[in-house]
Amino acid sequence: MEKIGVYVCHCGTNIAGVVNVEEVRDWTAKNLKDHGVVISRDYKFMCSSLGQELIEQDIKEQGLTRVVVAACSPHLHEATFRKACGRAGMNPYMCELVSIREQASWVHTDKVAATQKSKAILSGGVRRVEYHTALEPLKVSIHPDTMVVGGGIAGIQAALEIADAGFHVYLVEREPSIGGHMAQFDKTFPTLDCSACILTPKMVDVGSHPNITLLTWSEVTKVDGYVGNFTVTVKKKASYVNNDTCTGCGICWEKCPKKVVDNVYEAGMGIRKAIYRPFPQAVPKYPVMDVDTCIYFEKGTCKACEKFCPTEPNSINFEQKDEFLDIPVGNIILATGYDAFDPHRIPQYGYGRLPNVFTSLEFERLCNAAGPTGGNILLRDGKTAPKVVGIVHCVGSRDKNYNEGCSAICCMQSLKFAHLVHERTGAEVYNFYIDIRTPGKSYDEFYQRLLEEGTHFVRGKVAEISDAVRLPGEEGKLVIQVEDTLTGNQLRVPVDMAILSVGLEPRADAKEVAKLFGISCSANGWFTERHPKLDPVATMTDGIYIAGCVQGPKDIPASVAQGAATAARVLGKIQQKEIALEPVRASVLEEKCSGCRICNDLCPFNAILFHEDKMVSEINAALCQGCGTCVAACPAGAISGTGFSNEQVLAQIEGLLLLNISEDAVPA
Amino acid sequence: MSDKPKFAMYWAASCGGCEIAVLNIHEKILDVDANFDVVFWPVAMDAKYKDVEAMEDGSILLTLFNGGIRNDENAHIAKLLRRKSKLLVAFGSCANEGCIPGLANLSPVEDIVNTAFHTISTDNPNGIHPQISYKMPEGEIRIPTILPRLKTLDQVVDVDYYMPGCPPESHQIAAVIDLVVQVLQGKAELPPKGAVIGAGNSTVCDECQRKRNVKTINSFNRIFGQAIDPELCLLEQGIPCNGIATRSGCNARCPTAGAQCIGCYGPAEGVVDYGARLISGFASVINSKDPKEIDTILDGIPDPTGQFYRFNLAGSLLKAGAPAWKKNGG
Repeated sequence: MEKIGVYVCHCGTNIAGVVNVEEVRDWTAKNLKDHGVVISRDYKFMCSSLGQELIEQDIKEQGLTRVVVAACSPHLHEATFRKACGRAGMNPYMCELVSIREQASWVHTDKVAATQKSKAILSGGVRRVEYHTALEPLKVSIHPDTMVVGGGIAGIQAALEIADAGFHVYLVEREPSIGGHMAQFDKTFPTLDCSACILTPKMVDVGSHPNITLLTWSEVTKVDGYVGNFTVTVKKKASYVNNDTCTGCGICWEKCPKKVVDNVYEAGMGIRKAIYRPFPQAVPKYPVMDVDTCIYFEKGTCKACEKFCPTEPNSINFEQKDEFLDIPVGNIILATGYDAFDPHRIPQYGYGRLPNVFTSLEFERLCNAAGPTGGNILLRDGKTAPKVVGIVHCVGSRDKNYNEGCSAICCMQSLKFAHLVHERTGAEVYNFYIDIRTPGKSYDEFYQRLLEEGTHFVRGKVAEISDAVRLPGEEGKLVIQVEDTLTGNQLRVPVDMAILSVGLEPRADAKEVAKLFGISCSANGWFTERHPKLDPVATMTDGIYIAGCVQGPKDIPASVAQGAATAARVLGKIQQKEIALEPVRASVLEEKCSGCRICNDLCPFNAILFHEDKMVSEINAALCQGCGTCVAACPAGAISGTGFSNEQVLAQIEGLLLLNISEDAVPA
Repeated sequence: MSDKPKFAMYWAASCGGCEIAVLNIHEKILDVDANFDVVFWPVAMDAKYKDVEAMEDGSILLTLFNGGIRNDENAHIAKLLRRKSKLLVAFGSCANEGCIPGLANLSPVEDIVNTAFHTISTDNPNGIHPQISYKMPEGEIRIPTILPRLKTLDQVVDVDYYMPGCPPESHQIAAVIDLVVQVLQGKAELPPKGAVIGAGNSTVCDECQRKRNVKTINSFNRIFGQAIDPELCLLEQGIPCNGIATRSGCNARCPTAGAQCIGCYGPAEGVVDYGARLISGFASVINSKDPKEIDTILDGIPDPTGQFYRFNLAGSLLKAGAPAWKKNGG
């Protein structure tokens, strides 16, 4: 007979405030003794060192063979209690943690019912733990190379930190150049640093770093393996330019006759050619061919770029094909960033219909000295300077119709815009805001400065931007209709230019990317961190980290900090050299396997192989991630998952249903 | 009275096929006679329940019990034979897992009786409806009461061994008889109590010679109306063959002959719920991610209960009176 110790945690009032912990303790001692329970205790904080010592002491003195802790979720403290059991000489996997916090006290208000439910959950754990077996973690070596996906500032930071530490990094970027959104900005708030001036040195470092393999114009198409041993398939899109011979001289795009509106880097404000380099400081310096607009690819004739290419041999190669690289890495950092909200979706703001309504990204390009107007803030006609400018906050953010969350950077971005307009045009500036949120360092000081500069602040959500004239003085103007909620007045503010400070959204393909890498994301698409406070850059998938806006809206310093944080995490993993994998694994019982081959094609980790000679399937323990797909599928019951055997699961169900417990112990 | 060990065989809710299968062991039946004193076997010899009741408890060495427990008479005899027998074998699919009679568990007793006596297929001009008891001048007579649901033998009494099959294959019966004879002669030992005897430990696929590839199913088909590849796994041809989940022991008779396995040997060793296993096995290899297309593919199985629980319904988790997993093989 097993000797099971049960420990019921109060978690302060987190559990004890709703669940009658003493009652659960006594009920367990009385009614589960036939199932091996010899000790049932409660304690204020089981996870504290005193709580853990309690368990250790009982194991040593009472000779416990199994331990069940009723506390929080296994995500939080399974490792804690397993370690405690291990210290007392018990195999750590003889410990079962059942959650009466997340699954009982936190989700119920009825104290009696929550207490009964806790008994059932605990009874399930006790019945299950009887079938636990001693397990040993699997050790695998960690590949020292790292892949960073996304070459914005977060990805750049992560790549540089790891490369500087002496380890190899593959930096994959979808666009022709790294730099991300930050490369499009003119100034950064609140210091008004030149964005390019602080970014481009880092870009150059990446491009020239001996430990960084830069894969631009590339996308990840497949991810196999597990922490320490991923194989990532990267599609290197054909650029039709041979980078080995190209010097980046620029003659090809000068001579290219096809002009294309640049919707990416110039946010639609400028043009590029069919063969192009997005901006002069691009890293790498090589151009790429956009086959969707290239005349040769459309009509079969032109090849101006090839004719004029001065290099020997010619760097233009129309025969180039997409290349697929299988890259082994130990860890992956995802820094794929965000999409700016598309304000076409709010028709009453007139974007796309009223020429002088701009988005924040368009305005960034207007301000930028390298932008389409050479840094002059001009209306859409390219000539007229605005005399009155309205800046609308929270466009697509804090709005139930679009995104409920705050985009974190729009207030500061809008204040920055106000300052730049003021500084460069002397125009009168109105900021229409819901709340001003300036929580960062020196952010509120910047706001105070704006107030002193004479910017008008109107507290109210803009209802409409229109060119319909209703009052004198509105002719030829855009009229911003808004309620000033501080005075209660409806205002009609005529302006020459309206800037929509658009929010941040998850990338349009965020969900597919999350699926590709096997991590989870929120309903709207922000990637989910392992713990919102204590583990903000790891994910629930070992070996995959997230940095920057891919995890949620944030400003540049926060993105850089996360990039560095992921690097530290990855470097820590690399230094371990080998890693212990959870021993929860599936295995095939050879004598029961008939080789029906149902399971062969199901494994997401390609861990199943079929032995034609013996007619049995086998699971590679190092590749198996313990997902259980094959265990469920095996019609012969020949595949079993350690930690999730039939006996364990069914005993737990019986326990939950309070079967085989005396009738009077079962609540009505 | 001979001093040979005593043998009994009984049929509860069953079709009689199990008795035929025993007789079908041909001359081996003489071994039974040579080694045993047959004391009770309603299909083969005249006997009265009161004769059995008069026997000493534990005086019958071996009882092969076939049929499910459908009425109180079945239950009574099951308990009686349990008491009188040293070794009680659940013999055949009905006693093991309910089999075809167990499918009636989908309907309440009232519906079953009405279907039998009052539907268009029954010639019952006077509308006769059976009554449990009837008073006659000579006294009251009774017929057995139908229980609310059919139970397997081990849901009613403790069972020593399980011998699956509908019916058990004759060569397996012969082998079991051989084994018992050898045990009597001290040449062999009995398997541990609760074991499945007269069957294999893996699945029908193990005995099936058809070629197998990585499986995907694009549609479920019947065995008629299409050309069946005589070499290739039936399931890969869309024939819903249950061999993947069914206990071995029959030499894969049906699939070898070109008909799908329908699962009469019950779940493989260690499987708790046969139908659930089979469903997840089939579902895992359906080659589509589109819900509508999947629905269309699944329409190829018009009778899921018949496909997945034809033999196993009464013994499955769905209709288990006691937790089935503890008494696996039942």
